[in-house]
Amino acid sequence: MSKRRLIPKLQLKTSHYNPSKMVLVTTKQFSDFIEIGDAVSQSKIFQDQGADELIFINIDRVNKGIDILAGIIHNVSAEIFMPITVGGGVQTEQDFRTLLSNGADKISINTIAVNNPDIINNASAKYGAQCVVVSIDYKQEADEKCYVYINNGSTKTKLSPIDWAVECEQRGAGELLLCNIDRDGMRYGLDNEICNAIATQVKIPVITSGGCGLAKHFIDGFKQGQADAVASGTFFAMQDQNFMQTRSQIKNSGINIRVYS
Amino acid sequence: MIGIVDYGMGNLLSVYSAFDYLGANVIICKHPEELSEVGKIVIPGVGAFKDCMELLKKEHFDEALNEQVIKLGKPTIGICLGMQVMAKKSFEGGVYGGLGWFDADVIKLTITDEKKRVPNIGWNEVSHTSNPLFEGVPENTDFYFVHSYFVNCHDSSDVIATYPYDIPVTASILKNNIFATQFHPEKSQDFGLKILDNFISWNP
Repeated sequence: MSKRRLIPKLQLKTSHYNPSKMVLVTTKQFSDFIEIGDAVSQSKIFQDQGADELIFINIDRVNKGIDILAGIIHNVSAEIFMPITVGGGVQTEQDFRTLLSNGADKISINTIAVNNPDIINNASAKYGAQCVVVSIDYKQEADEKCYVYINNGSTKTKLSPIDWAVECEQRGAGELLLCNIDRDGMRYGLDNEICNAIATQVKIPVITSGGCGLAKHFIDGFKQGQADAVASGTFFAMQDQNFMQTRSQIKNSGINIRVYS
Repeated sequence: MIGIVDYGMGNLLSVYSAFDYLGANVIICKHPEELSEVGKIVIPGVGAFKDCMELLKKEHFDEALNEQVIKLGKPTIGICLGMQVMAKKSFEGGVYGGLGWFDADVIKLTITDEKKRVPNIGWNEVSHTSNPLFEGVPENTDFYFVHSYFVNCHDSSDVIATYPYDIPVTASILKNNIFATQFHPEKSQDFGLKILDNFISWNP
């Protein structure tokens, strides 16, 4: 297989201080927003540190316009020469086209995939499976079962994340992006149990996220979770950590990962 | 001047931005006749082989490319699907004819190892011969790939780079003035840009 990947997840939201601008934010359990900077300048830092890809998600609950997102990606792709996944507010196949023509390589869909699952089949046939990433946010409930949530984690569905992942693959998704909402931004480790259950049942690559606070958590995600890639927002944004350090620790644990030189 | 063939598929902006970033004089060619005004040609592409060839024919790019690349010998780079269409034929979803510049077939990546995945998405270590397009690129440098099919050359001397999967997979081909990569140099950070820079200064 290709090398395992480390992916910064860049979450975008309308700035509290400047409502005409979208900025990067970190979150805890999909709320507690903290503004941390600008998409283009932060992407350049991640590129120089040798991140393997970038994921941009518009997590604003109100400002969902594809054109705003496309504008940001357009600016990023003029200076960033690495694979870019973009999502947040994608509703139609035309939205795929808009984002792809502005420099995105892969499109992440979440709420629309649950509400209208045929979009997975249609987008996969039209643009190729490799560019359809289904993002699956989920929570464990009091009955100990996990349920998929949509609308930025605000609406519960009846779907189990494992069953939904299998269905997404059957419909033509090229990759899955998992996030355990309870662990988002909490830095106490990834949900490796659900990730492993999904990664061993599907053939497409699985990206896990939610909970990285230590280099060890990435290693656990690869080894226990069997993830192809680990994505993190808070870890790279808030700590005195960077890709070179984290990558060395992961490499030293025996994981086949790119060492940037 | 470098012209990027725009036949309606692929992420042109990234390829354009990469050449622009490197200081090249680059334009996007929406019409076949524009290719006669450029000195070098880029054929990008993401998607299915059949759709790509149909669009190239519909826009009459196939004739213009044969004229400019084969007859006039303009230095040309194909990227990903832009490499695959240079083969004689492809077995992706049927059997379809390509531009036929390389004696090669496009066939599916086969895997016997359960842990390997198709499409193969991600960074793979590329081993290459000594040639001007990989100048300054260390052996076993990682490049970014996204593909399910690859170019299987019948003349092994056309293959200048491979990466290990189940079998060595063709990563790059070169014949006279025609160069192509299965990986995305425009998405492969510093060494990807190095290859595009080598193409800019290449005089085959």
